[in-house]
Amino acid sequence: MASYTDKAGRPIVVVTGAGMVTSLGQGKQDNWAKLIAGKSGIHRITRFPIDGLRTTIAGTVDFLAESGRSAPDLSEELASLAAAEAIAESGIGSKGNFPGPLFCAVPPIEIEWPQRRVLAQESAANGPITYDDLLRAAEAGTHEAWHERFLYGSIADHLADKFGTRGQPISLSTACASGNTSIQLGIEAIRRGDCEAALSIATDGSVTAEALIRFSLLSALSTNNENPEAASRPFSKNRDGFIIAEGAGALVLESLEHAMARGAEIIGVLEGVGEMADSFHRTRSSPDAKPVIGCMRAALTDAGVTADDIDYINAHGTSTPENDRMEFTGMSAVFGERIGSIPLSSNKSMIGHTLTAAAAIEAVISLLTIRNGRIPPTINYEIPDPAIPLDVVPNVARDTQVNRVMSNSFGFGGQNVCLLLTGEPA
Amino acid sequence: MSDRRDVWITGIGLVSSLGEGLEAHWTALATPAKPAVDETTYAPYVLHPLAKIDFDQQIPKRGDQRQMEPWQRIGTYAAGLALDSAGLKGNKEILATTDMVVAAGGGERDQTVDGAILTDIEKQPNPEVFLSEQLQSNLRPTLFLAQLSNLLAGNISIVHGVTGSSRTFMGEESSGTDAVRIGWSRIAAGTSEIALVGGAYNAERRDMLLLFALKSVALHAPWAPVLVDPKGVPTGSAGAFLVLESPEHAMARGAKPIAKLSGVWSERAKRGEPGAIEALVDEMIRTAKGDVSEGTAILSAACGAPEPTSAEVAAISRAGLPVRSVTDRVGHSLEAQMPVALALAALAVSKGKLFAPLEGETLEEAFDGTLTRAIVTGVGHWRGEGVALVERVD
Repeated sequence: MASYTDKAGRPIVVVTGAGMVTSLGQGKQDNWAKLIAGKSGIHRITRFPIDGLRTTIAGTVDFLAESGRSAPDLSEELASLAAAEAIAESGIGSKGNFPGPLFCAVPPIEIEWPQRRVLAQESAANGPITYDDLLRAAEAGTHEAWHERFLYGSIADHLADKFGTRGQPISLSTACASGNTSIQLGIEAIRRGDCEAALSIATDGSVTAEALIRFSLLSALSTNNENPEAASRPFSKNRDGFIIAEGAGALVLESLEHAMARGAEIIGVLEGVGEMADSFHRTRSSPDAKPVIGCMRAALTDAGVTADDIDYINAHGTSTPENDRMEFTGMSAVFGERIGSIPLSSNKSMIGHTLTAAAAIEAVISLLTIRNGRIPPTINYEIPDPAIPLDVVPNVARDTQVNRVMSNSFGFGGQNVCLLLTGEPA
Repeated sequence: MSDRRDVWITGIGLVSSLGEGLEAHWTALATPAKPAVDETTYAPYVLHPLAKIDFDQQIPKRGDQRQMEPWQRIGTYAAGLALDSAGLKGNKEILATTDMVVAAGGGERDQTVDGAILTDIEKQPNPEVFLSEQLQSNLRPTLFLAQLSNLLAGNISIVHGVTGSSRTFMGEESSGTDAVRIGWSRIAAGTSEIALVGGAYNAERRDMLLLFALKSVALHAPWAPVLVDPKGVPTGSAGAFLVLESPEHAMARGAKPIAKLSGVWSERAKRGEPGAIEALVDEMIRTAKGDVSEGTAILSAACGAPEPTSAEVAAISRAGLPVRSVTDRVGHSLEAQMPVALALAALAVSKGKLFAPLEGETLEEAFDGTLTRAIVTGVGHWRGEGVALVERVD
């Protein structure tokens, strides 16, 4: 009989359910079919006027009936759909009764322009509007629900009620690494013996005009507006920025022992996780890539494996000039000569950069890659960048056995988390 | 779990309306006049403004300071004080392995830009296009960095070199409790040796008052103690960070404990159910207290909002222990409130004394015994119940 503990004597943590939503669609089946077909979910923005904007494309989720409400409303709905899929697949607990804690990565949340405008109008100020006018209007008490809606904790709180998770949910952000952090917190809690199961969710439905403009002002976004589907070009010579996007990913984590005891189907193992923060700069990564090297090595050490044991890398691959170069530098140090021949791909070429949700979505796709023995391509790879020679599985999916995946996530603000996933317990 | 290790607090960084550092706070707490409050600048609200701080002392590069908004400066400053207090400042080797969990909000709007847009937007033929134009021309690009929750942690990494790991929790009061809890759990379980945990809050912001105002929970002037008659949240600017460390790691580098963090509990009562908060806080206090009452006090981090604080008061009254309100002294700093209260609890326990009662806060009674244990309680203004236990290390 297989052991329930890993090489380090810790409980083995497995995934028994996974769910996702992206601009390509809702659910694993729909997303997977489109991902292996090399389809892009990037399109012209219709949610708000694009007149005068430098970037007019995004991977927004527009197909839900209620898309276009506030960022926390949409983020909560995306998270809820992904979590419902994951829990249904896992068959864990009972309806509204999940036997473990919730770790939920959420996007930035604040009162938005529609609410500010209503308050400003209701204040009936005679002269220029100030926050004192907004405060006066708010105290009238006609918009109490906005208080809860724009608290950072409200998304996770509502999800905790809906799915019946245990205790106080943790809402978190490590920017673009958030999804991996939500998974990491679950892995750690199970390894410590704090719980037998955990629900990790990462969600982002925060593409508003202001969010887009903020990233645009930092020159982080692609301006390849003409052909939206061809704009995200990770690792290509003509990449020019990331495509802001929305989505959610959710995973049901369990100890192997707990999963086996209830006869659950195991869809993957979370073998190792590593992190390391960068102290170089607020928006730029350390040019020597030391933090991302340290982060990848920490994940390998945590799993008790070596770089030679990795079959495929689910890259961070944002399509910004700097990230992709830095990620190459980091991977070259960790994998040595082998880096040119390990297949790696960036899901962001198709779904854009779902920011807070990205790492969780990519973890779900990594599990699908292992299970199906098929690697989703990096699309829009027409002009290779000779400075970063990689096997990016260009443009067409590839059939090959994949046993162990490294999934990288590097956050804006210097927070890096790397995850190792396998198909079956060692 | 039985094989858990002790967790020491070996460094504390604290800034608030009472000043900076542990000794300044101890001095201020010994003379309980009216707390430092501002009842006019943000009228009708009352809040506890940050004491005058020379940020250069912990954030020497002006360029770094310019990239932060006040809440991040407060936090980065407090984190520096904590590292100084623990004797870790500049110790690259240890800082590179120090784990960090930060409790943060975010935001900080450019209120001038917002006001100008709101003044004109309804007169425009196409308000949304006008909004985009204005934001594109008038938002400072770097303001975004000051808005993101995880950038307080990012700034601490950049300014102080803490890079072992970095996680940011949001979710108002409970995020502060959970930041400490996760840092504590990892050390107790032997998967981390040293951690910097804490948070920061800038109360001097109309954009944050707006969030409270929507539910009419921000305290209006005049200031009043929160336990005897909770009428609203008296927000306060503050930052607090704790260095948590395993005894082995601390002893190996010759560091002394200020106190021991013996437990952190984070829960979520069903707020709609009558009596739910009280029952939960009762149980959490019982767990923290164990069989020992001697030398034990409760430090309340109550938010001041009527219902949750009334429930907290009911529970702590029943515990039969001396009580002090942290919030009366420094205000309520939302995400940072549990770390602030823990800093004051560790300070009091290390001094072996409880600070003097505050006039008008009838639950506070004189206590002249030796203080060896402090239970910190905090019921969030909307969600989240937290309790922690700090004990003297002999």
